[in-house]
Amino acid sequence: MSGILNSSIGRKFAMALSALFLMIFLLQHFVINILSVFSPDAFNEVSHFMGTFWAIQYLLQPILIFGVIFHFVMGFVLEIKNNKARQISYAKNNGGANSSWMSRNMIWSGLAILAFIVLHFIDFWIPEINTKYIIGDMTGMHNGEYRYFHELVEKFHSPLRVGAYIIAFVFLALHLLHGFNSAFQSVGANNKYTKGLKTFSKVYAIGIPLGFIFIALFHHLTGH
Amino acid sequence: MNLTLKIWRQKNASDKGSMVDYKVNDISPDMSFLEMLDVLNEQLINKDEEPVAFDHDCREGICGMCSLYINGEAHGPDRGVTTCQLHMRMFKDGDTITIEPFRATAFPVIKDLIVDRTSFDRIQHAGGFISVNTSGNTIDANTIPINKHDADTAFDSATCIGCGACVASCKNSSAMLFVGAKVSQFALLPQGQIEATDRVLNMVKQMDEEGFGNCTNTGACEVECPKGISLENIARMNREYLKASLKG
Repeated sequence: MSGILNSSIGRKFAMALSALFLMIFLLQHFVINILSVFSPDAFNEVSHFMGTFWAIQYLLQPILIFGVIFHFVMGFVLEIKNNKARQISYAKNNGGANSSWMSRNMIWSGLAILAFIVLHFIDFWIPEINTKYIIGDMTGMHNGEYRYFHELVEKFHSPLRVGAYIIAFVFLALHLLHGFNSAFQSVGANNKYTKGLKTFSKVYAIGIPLGFIFIALFHHLTGH
Repeated sequence: MNLTLKIWRQKNASDKGSMVDYKVNDISPDMSFLEMLDVLNEQLINKDEEPVAFDHDCREGICGMCSLYINGEAHGPDRGVTTCQLHMRMFKDGDTITIEPFRATAFPVIKDLIVDRTSFDRIQHAGGFISVNTSGNTIDANTIPINKHDADTAFDSATCIGCGACVASCKNSSAMLFVGAKVSQFALLPQGQIEATDRVLNMVKQMDEEGFGNCTNTGACEVECPKGISLENIARMNREYLKASLKG
C-alpha cells in the first residue's frame, strides 16, 4: 500500500475519491440552499445548526477544506505531469473528433471554479468565521432574529455578483459533466451500471448548478 | 486525386525537424494511405531527394507497426483501422493532408515519421506474460474450463496490437489503454492469477517510469483504437492495481 500516491493510478484514485466527496458535499450544500427559497425559517435553523454544531465545525469543515485543497493541488500536479508526457505538440490536432470539450479542458473549468471558491470564501466563509471566532458571537442573531437568510439575500442584491456566480456555475456544470463519470471510471467502476450512471451524471451535472443559478436569481429578483 | 501533403521531416533523433510541403498527383482513391506515401517516395527518389521514412510491416492491419498522426488523428479520420488500411477515398481531390509522427515523450522520433515504441516492449517485459514451464509435460491450456464471457472478454483485450494510437490520441500521452488491455487479457483467465499481483504492479511502475501521462478518462484512446479496445480495460486495470496495492 505504501507509495500508492506515487503511482499514476494511485493519484487518479485519490483524485476520484476527493471528487466523490466534494460531489456529496455539493449536493448537501444545494439541499440547504434551496430551503432559502421555500422556507427562510428552515434555512435559518439549518444554517445555525451547520454553523455551530461542533462535529461539523471542527471535524467535517477541516476535512472539507482539506478535500478542496487536495483536489486542486492534485489536479495541478497531474496537469504538470501530463504536459511533460508530450513536450512537442501536434501541428494539427483534431481533439473534437474523439473526445468532449469538457474532458479536454478540466483544468480550465477547474481554475474557474477555484476563482469562484475564492470569491465565495470572501463573501460568506470569512465573514462567518470573523463573526463566530474573532468577534465571538455564536448566537447567529442580529436585531433579535437569525441573520443567515438576510445575509444571503443581501449578497445577491448585486447584479455583478449574481453574474459572476452564474458564470461559475456554468463552469461547474461543464466540470461535472466529465468529472462525475470520470471519478467512477478512475476507481474502477465500469460495469453494467455505467450506462445508467451516465444518465444520472447528466441530471446531477446540469441539475445542481442550474439549481444554484435559480437560487441566486430568485433572491436577486425577490430580495428587498 | 491531386493532394498537398504537409509532412514532418526530421533527419535523426537529435535534429529539430520541421513540416515540409509536397505535392502528389494522380492518386487513386483505392490506394491505401501507405501506398500513397510510396508514390511520394518514388517521386522523391527520382528527384534524388531523401524519401520520407515511415513505419510499416504487414500492411493488413494486424502487426501494429504503421503509425502516423493524419489530419489531427492517429491513423487518420477512419475508425477501426490502422494507417495501412486507411484508403485515399477518405479524402477529397485537392485536400491538404497533415502527416506527423505519434507525439509522446515516451515515443521519441527516430527519423521523420518513425518513432521509437520500445517503451511498450519494456512494459510487456515487466509483467505482460504468464510463466509456463516448457519442460516436456506442458498442460494444454484448453483443459481448464473457462466460461465463454470471460474467454471472449479476455480475447477482446488480447486483440490489442500495441500500435500506440491510444498514446498518440490521448491529450496526456497516457498508455493506460494499452497497459489496461495487457493486464486484462490475463486478469480474466485462471492462468493469469498466479502472477496477477506482481504483473499489474510492475507493469504500471514501468509505465510511469517511461514517462507516459495520467489517464483523465477523455475516451479519445477508445475512439481511435484500431482494434476497439474499450475503457473497461482501464477500469479493470485500476481495480487490479488497487487490489494488488492492498495485498502488497
